[in-house]
Amino acid sequence: MANTITIKIDGREIPTEPGRNLVTVAAENGIFIPSLCFYPHIEPPLGTCRVCTCRINGHFGPACMEKTREGLEVEVNTPDLTDTRKALVEMIFAEGNHFCPACEKSGDCDLQHMGYEMGMSKLRFPHLFKDRLIDFNPKRMVIEHNRCVKCRRCVEEVLTSDGRRVFSFCNRGNETVVGIDYDAEAVLSEEQAVAAMHLCPTGAILVKGKSLARPFGDRRFDMESSKIAAPGQPEEKEAQPAGELERKTIATISLAGCFGCHMSMLDIDLGFLDLIELVDFNKSPLNDIKEFTKICDVGLIEGGCCSSENVEVLREFRKKCKLLVAVGECSIWGGLPAMRNMIPLEECLEEAYLNSMSSEEGEFTVPYHEDLPKILDKVYACSDIVKIDYFIPGCPPTATHIWKAVRNLLWNEQYSVLYSEFKYD
Amino acid sequence: MPTSTIPVPASGTQLLDQLWACQNARGYIRDEDVEACAAALGISEIEIEGVISFYHFFHRRPAGRFTIYLNNSIVSEFKGFERVKAAFESATGAVWNGTDPSGLFGLYPTACIGLSDQEPAALINFQPFTNLNSLKVKGIVAQLKNGVPAESLADEIPDHIRYVPDGDKAIFFRPYHPGSAVVKLPAYSPGQVIDLIRQVRLTGRGGAFFPTGLKWESCARQTNPVKYIVCNADEGEPGTFKDRVLMKTAPGLMIEGMIAAGYAVGAQQGIIYLRAEYTWLKPKLDKTIQQFRNLGYLGEDIAGIKGFQFDVRIQLGAGAYVCGEETALLNSLEGKRGEPRTKWFYPTEKGFLDCPTVVNNVETFCAAARALELGAEKILQTGAPDAPGTKVLSVSGDCRLPGIYEVEWGMPLGKLLDLCQADDPHFVQISGPSGICVPAAQRDRLIAPSDLSCGGAVMVFNADRDILRILTNFNDFFKHESCGVCTPCRAGNFILQRKLEKIEKGLAYEDDFKELIAWGNIMKKTSRCGLGRTAPNTLIAALEQFPAYFAAKAGNKGDGLNKNFDLEQAETAYDQFAP
Repeated sequence: MANTITIKIDGREIPTEPGRNLVTVAAENGIFIPSLCFYPHIEPPLGTCRVCTCRINGHFGPACMEKTREGLEVEVNTPDLTDTRKALVEMIFAEGNHFCPACEKSGDCDLQHMGYEMGMSKLRFPHLFKDRLIDFNPKRMVIEHNRCVKCRRCVEEVLTSDGRRVFSFCNRGNETVVGIDYDAEAVLSEEQAVAAMHLCPTGAILVKGKSLARPFGDRRFDMESSKIAAPGQPEEKEAQPAGELERKTIATISLAGCFGCHMSMLDIDLGFLDLIELVDFNKSPLNDIKEFTKICDVGLIEGGCCSSENVEVLREFRKKCKLLVAVGECSIWGGLPAMRNMIPLEECLEEAYLNSMSSEEGEFTVPYHEDLPKILDKVYACSDIVKIDYFIPGCPPTATHIWKAVRNLLWNEQYSVLYSEFKYD
Repeated sequence: MPTSTIPVPASGTQLLDQLWACQNARGYIRDEDVEACAAALGISEIEIEGVISFYHFFHRRPAGRFTIYLNNSIVSEFKGFERVKAAFESATGAVWNGTDPSGLFGLYPTACIGLSDQEPAALINFQPFTNLNSLKVKGIVAQLKNGVPAESLADEIPDHIRYVPDGDKAIFFRPYHPGSAVVKLPAYSPGQVIDLIRQVRLTGRGGAFFPTGLKWESCARQTNPVKYIVCNADEGEPGTFKDRVLMKTAPGLMIEGMIAAGYAVGAQQGIIYLRAEYTWLKPKLDKTIQQFRNLGYLGEDIAGIKGFQFDVRIQLGAGAYVCGEETALLNSLEGKRGEPRTKWFYPTEKGFLDCPTVVNNVETFCAAARALELGAEKILQTGAPDAPGTKVLSVSGDCRLPGIYEVEWGMPLGKLLDLCQADDPHFVQISGPSGICVPAAQRDRLIAPSDLSCGGAVMVFNADRDILRILTNFNDFFKHESCGVCTPCRAGNFILQRKLEKIEKGLAYEDDFKELIAWGNIMKKTSRCGLGRTAPNTLIAALEQFPAYFAAKAGNKGDGLNKNFDLEQAETAYDQFAP
C-alpha cells in the first residue's frame, strides 16, 4: 500500500491508512473502544454519548471524532480512562429510567451491553428518577422516553421517503427529549418503522404489534462478550478448594423484592446439600428463623427499602453481619419497585386504593395503622440506608454467580464470573 | 442614502427572524405559525418545535401582552430577587413562569441580562428596568396597566465606567471618532493587518483567549471566495456586561474591527449576533451601521480600497447561553438549534453555511480596531509582559462601585477590590460561573493570562453570602443552559445538583465532597464543548479553596448506619394519610 501510516494505541504500533475512523481501526486490530452513538457511516460522527473517551495525543477526547493520521498516539486502557468511560455509562443509567428486567430490548440493548463489558454492578451516581413520558400517540410507534439515551441516531437516520425528519431534539438542558413528528411518522412504511426500532441502541423506539423480545440465550448480549480479550487478562479460573473449610454463618432476607433472588439461591440444586455441610443459616426465610441468634459472617440482602420496616430490618442486618451483600437489582438500586419513584407517593396510593377500577367511592381508604409499616416516599437502594460491602447484579442473579461470590467472601476461593452470568435481567 | 449590500439570506437561515415575527405579532408562536414555517422550509414540524423549544424567549403559549423576564442570576438573588419576584406576582396577578388570567402580564425567570451592576433587573418587552424594589415594581405595573408603553417607562442605563488606566493608557475607553481605524486600512495589505494583530498579541476576549492573529490567518488561507466575519455579541456569562457598555458607548469601534477583519481575511459580509437580552441596544447599532454606510466605511470600495466590499447585518438571538460558544452561535445563525458543533471542522475552515468564518467577541474587534488606530507600539507599552494591552472587566456584587473597569493586564486582585470598594470581600468569582472562585484574601493574585485570565466578569461576595447558595445558583444555571446533546453535561449537571441538595440538607459526608470533585473532573474531561467542560470549575475550586466551610457541613460517618438517609423525612409523604 502506497499510503500507509503508523499510529500508536496503548504503545502498540499499528499500520493503517490515513483519514480512517479511530474506533473502526482499533476494532480491526483487536482493541475494543466502547461506544454507543458511533455509527461508521454517519459523518461527521455524532459525538453525543462520549463513551469512547480516550486520551488522544495527550488530550481527552472521543475516539469516534478522531481520524487516523501520522503521529497519532492514543491511550485507551489506562485505569483512569477505563473508569472515566465506565462513569459515562453509569451516568446514562442514572439519568434515564432503565429497568432492564421489564424492557423488551433487554439482552439486545447496546447500553446494557456496555454495562456488562465494563463490569458495572452499582452506579456511583444517584438514580435521578426523572418523570418521563411514554408516548403512545404515534400511529405505529411507541416512544419510551425513559429509555432514550439521546444518541441522536434516529434524528439523523430516520427520514420519510420524501426526506423529512421524523425525530428532532426538543427542549434543552436536562429537559432535552427526542421529539417525534406524528405526521412524518404516519407516512413511514412498516419496514421503515421497524428499521427505526432496530436502529435505536436501547428500547426507546417500539413498533406496535412488533416484538423485539427473543428467548434468553438467543439474544445478542446473553452469552459471549464481544470485547476482544486484552492480552494478559485472566482466563476463567477453576475453583480452587482451600483445603479444610471453616464453618461459617449466613443470614438472608427479602426486603422490597419478589423472593426471586431467594429462588435463585436454591437453583444450585443438589449443590445446596454440599453447601449446608459448610454453612449454618441464621436468620433467613430459607429456614424461617425470625431472629438473629449470633453475629453472622455474611448477610445476603434481596430487595430495596420501600417501608420503615425494611429500613429497620436492614439496619439490624448491618449490626449483625460482618459483610453485607446486595443481591439483585432491587437491592442494588431499587429495581422494579422503584418504578414508582418517578411518581409522588400520594398519587401512587390514591391510584391503588381510591381510584382503581375495583374501588367504590367512599368505600375504600388508604390503609394507615400503627401496626402497619410506613411506606416511604420512594424506594431506596440498600446502600442509601447502610453501608453495603458487595453488589451482585441480576434479576435475579444466577445461582452460580451468587454462590461463587459468597464462597469467595467466606473462604477466599477464586472464581471468574462469566459474561453469561453477569446480567441485569 | 446607501443601503445594505448584503444579499437577502436563504430562508432557512432566517428561521429565528421568522419565529421572532410570529412571537412579536401575538406574544407567542401558534400552531399555524409552526405549520407555516415547516411548509415554507419543506421540513417536519418537529424540527421547528425543536428550534422553538431550544430558545428561552420563544413561547408556544400566550406569554402576556407585557412579558416580564426577571433575572435570577446570583447577584440578583443576593440583591433582592425574591422580594421583587413577589412584588411582580402580587402587582400583576401573574403566576411565576406563566401569565395572569387576563393574559396582560407574563412573568418568567431568565438568566443574566447583562445588568449586574444594577440588580435586581428585569426586561419588560425587552426594555431594561433596573434597581428594582417592591415600590418601583408597583409603580411600573400600575403605569403599564394604564396603557403606558414599556419603552417609555424603561430605565436609562448608565455605563458606570469606573476606572481607566492613568497616563493615556486607556485603549477602549478613550475618545472615539468614527472611521479612525478604517482610514488606516489603505496603508496596510491584508497580510499586514494580520501581522499587526499578531504583533500586539491579541487573544480572544470572550474568555477563551485564542490568538486572534492565528484565527484570522487560518481563515485568510482558505480559498473559498465567500467568507464571513461574525461578531459574538452574545455575552451570556452571568456577571458580564462589558460588551453592553462597549456597544453602547462606541458601537462603531466594534464595527471597524469587523471591517478590518473582513479586509484581512477577504470576507464580504459581517454578522453581529446580538443576544435578545440586548434588543434595546439594536436601534443604536442599526443607526451606527447606517452611519457607516453613509460615510463610505461599509459598502463598496471602503476607505478608497478598490474592490474591498464589506457590509454588516444584525442577527438577533433568542435566549440561549450556549450560543456564546462559537459553533453553537453558527448553528443559531443558520436558524437551527444552538447546539455546539463537533470539532470535526474549525469555523475558519467551515463555519457559517460551511464557508470560512471568523468569530470574535465584541471586545476583540474593538481591540483590533484600536490596534490599527493607535499602532502596535502604543499597545505594547501597556499591560503585562506576557499580555500587552488592557482588559475590560465588569465588576458586580458586594461592592460600592459596581461597573466597568478597564485595567492593564497584570493588575493585582487586591487593587481591583480596593478600586471597586468591595465591602468585606470573601469570595471572588472570576469569569462568571464557568470561571473560578478565589478567596478575597489572595490579594496578590494577578488579573493576567498567566494567573487569573479573566474573560470579563468579576463578582464580589462578602462573608455573609452562603457559598453553597452561590454554587447552587450556578449549577441551576448550567443544568438549564446545557444544550442537552452530550451525556456528561446534560446528566452531569443534574447529578451534581442532587449532591448539592444533599449537602444543603445536612446529609453529606467528607466522601461526598471528594466525589463531587471526581465527578466534576469527569465532566471536564468528557464534555463536548466548553459549557460542560467548565461548568464544574467553580464547584471544584470552592471545595479546594474553602475547606473549612465545607468541613463544617460534613456529618460523621458513624457505624455504617444512617448513611445519608433521614427516615422521618422519608415517612412524611405517607403520614398525611394518617386518619
